[in-house]
Amino acid sequence: MRKSETAMWSKLAAGVVALFAGVALSGFASQPAAAQAKHLTLCWAAWDPANALVELGKDFTKESGIEMKYEFVPWTSYADRFLNELNSHGKLCDLIIGDSQWIGGAAENHWYVKLNDFFAKEHITMADFVPATVLGYSEWPKNSPNYWALPAMADAVGWTYRKDWFSRPEIQAEFKKKYGRDLAPPKTYEQLKQIAEFFQGREIDGKKVYGAYIFTERGSEGITMGVTNVLYNYGFEYDNPKKPYQMAGFVNSPEAAKGLEFYKALYKCCTAPGMTNAYMQEGLDAFKSGQVAMQMNWFAFFPGLYKDPNVGGDKIGFFVNPAGPKGHFTQLGGQGISVVATSEHQDDALRYIKWFAQPKVQQKWWEIGGYSALKAVVDAPGFFKSAPFAPQFLESMAIVKDFWAEPSYAQLLLDMQKRVHDYVVADKGTAQQALDSLVKDWTKVFKEQGKTVASE
Amino acid sequence: MTAIINSDTSVDRTGVQTSFHVAKRVRGLSDRSIAWLFVTPTIALLLAINIFPLIWMIRLSFTSLNLSMSYLPLRFVGVDNYSDILTDEDIWIRLQTTAQFVISTVVLQVVIGFGLALLINRQFRSHSFWTTIILLPMMLSPAVVGNFWTLLLQPQIGPFNYLISLFTGIPPSSFSMTGEVALAPWTIVLVDTWMWAPYVMLICLAGLRSIPDYIYEAAEVDRASAWRQFWSITLPMAMPFLMLAVLFRAIENFKMFDMVNLLTSGGPGSTTELVSITLKRAAFEKWRTGYSSALAIILFVTVFGAANIYVKALNRVKQR
Repeated sequence: MRKSETAMWSKLAAGVVALFAGVALSGFASQPAAAQAKHLTLCWAAWDPANALVELGKDFTKESGIEMKYEFVPWTSYADRFLNELNSHGKLCDLIIGDSQWIGGAAENHWYVKLNDFFAKEHITMADFVPATVLGYSEWPKNSPNYWALPAMADAVGWTYRKDWFSRPEIQAEFKKKYGRDLAPPKTYEQLKQIAEFFQGREIDGKKVYGAYIFTERGSEGITMGVTNVLYNYGFEYDNPKKPYQMAGFVNSPEAAKGLEFYKALYKCCTAPGMTNAYMQEGLDAFKSGQVAMQMNWFAFFPGLYKDPNVGGDKIGFFVNPAGPKGHFTQLGGQGISVVATSEHQDDALRYIKWFAQPKVQQKWWEIGGYSALKAVVDAPGFFKSAPFAPQFLESMAIVKDFWAEPSYAQLLLDMQKRVHDYVVADKGTAQQALDSLVKDWTKVFKEQGKTVASE
Repeated sequence: MTAIINSDTSVDRTGVQTSFHVAKRVRGLSDRSIAWLFVTPTIALLLAINIFPLIWMIRLSFTSLNLSMSYLPLRFVGVDNYSDILTDEDIWIRLQTTAQFVISTVVLQVVIGFGLALLINRQFRSHSFWTTIILLPMMLSPAVVGNFWTLLLQPQIGPFNYLISLFTGIPPSSFSMTGEVALAPWTIVLVDTWMWAPYVMLICLAGLRSIPDYIYEAAEVDRASAWRQFWSITLPMAMPFLMLAVLFRAIENFKMFDMVNLLTSGGPGSTTELVSITLKRAAFEKWRTGYSSALAIILFVTVFGAANIYVKALNRVKQR
């Protein structure tokens, strides 16, 4: 009995050992094959253009034999996830489409590979790209010929509106009677507020609708990316153009405070209830469900909205961020594509960038839902008519301004998120107090970074 | 010492089955050595994943380290991070918000949890079924709770606002439980209480069931009223359990992050920003590693100190 039991256990053990050995050997045997199958991992945000990029990437795989893998993360955790990855010198990403504000930190910390030599060797010229995108996505220090990324996805804040509601005769007549002008996409923020007030609480097709959708998100970058669209046009500057990092009197000028008051007034008068922490997706949901007359959002989403069966096609219209009393600007979005310095496949990653920079690839990128920054695409004669939002996109890209791109951008951004959200949504203090506090916060951050900050 | 050898004992059987070489090797070790042999892996693990990071964090808290600017030289800044934190008005406001949250939730959870435990302890028909139903919320992950309450509280489609509207007549989409300064702090208290009052109930139930029946029988003989029995028997004898529940919930809620982060992200503005959210933002969004290490140490010392004082009080109650 005992002997037979022992024999049984011995056989079982031998079987298990053989199985493990087999698996291990097959693993070793397949290793060279795995090494031969080249692949690249591209990291970006999970949104509509990322799907277009997957489609585009199939051509690269066909051409090069290099398989493309993707790591897409939702916008709300995109910065946390990938900055953590870069900070910890992780090897997840070979290529990264990083936010414009990361460029300073990425360059100073050597997270990205500097591309100057590669551009020179492959005859890729930055003069071939829209200037705002080169400045925003590629250069560090700003306005210097030091390139860390190729402009990949041009983007800016724009607006959509319900063209079908705007064109209804009874609504038009009522609007004209009330305001003495035709109901049309607004050119200024004052006009936008009037239109938003006009639609707020109105019943359309038996449903209560609201005037406007604007960004109010607290956690990542939402409310800052919204409020700056108004602030720029009311006279807000990040610092003294003649004296870098001198913020007092520029960030918290009385005009900037008026801009912040305006944003709050717009939020209070004309948005749907509950929009206290809303960003891109909430805006899309509000617009697609027929809840709002006008929506602030990134151009990146407009191809998808135009295709929407309920609110797209003839029902949707697009307009550029309206002007304010002190100018006409809009918030820059978008990203450049970079090679991660810790990647073990840098040559293949550079090969991808070379392929991506080609005019025919850029043309296809625009056609399938991406936004090319290549002049050959956006300056082509047919571009204006290639999409209903193309003219507004081009106009916007000429008037963009961006947030700080310093290595300490995350601190600067979170400070602004806090001060602005506290004032606009939580009714804390005045606009002037919020901006004064912001100057103090930013001064502290820059001093920690070792910068000299002039107070006056 | 005389060993009594009985060939039928399991010890003896194990001894017989132990191989000679192993037995020989083990025989050479003292009891103390064998004890150390078993305890060493645990201690090594504890040192590696608890003590070493803690010491490392204490070291970092005296530096200027900022991971988003790791190219800057690491400077020893002494107690600057600590003094920055302790003189920062915002941090004190966050601590106040956290204290308000902890006190409100613990009070509500103890009252509701103890009330439920008294009801369940009556052992009515189907009480086991109701116990299971009541315990369901605490079995869920805080992430799940945060997400589905976000949906329930959504002003346009969430059923919560419709329920309020039914009783008050206030239009459901005219207010936002998570978005209004006056309502958001109470909303996080409500959700946390919904989730964790069952936990307090469970601890209290254990306490109530540990009270011997003969004490109540003696009280009945003495014609003590139900109210008198509650004040003189139930409450004092369940008190150590209640205090334990308070300790557990207070420590947990002082560290609360996930559920509040999902429900309000600390908003509107900074209305519901608990100190754990501030810590997370400083450490993993602003990348101020030195500063956030100092903040973590301050919070650790605060909880550790408060818990120690409380445990001493708890022991005094138990001795009574």
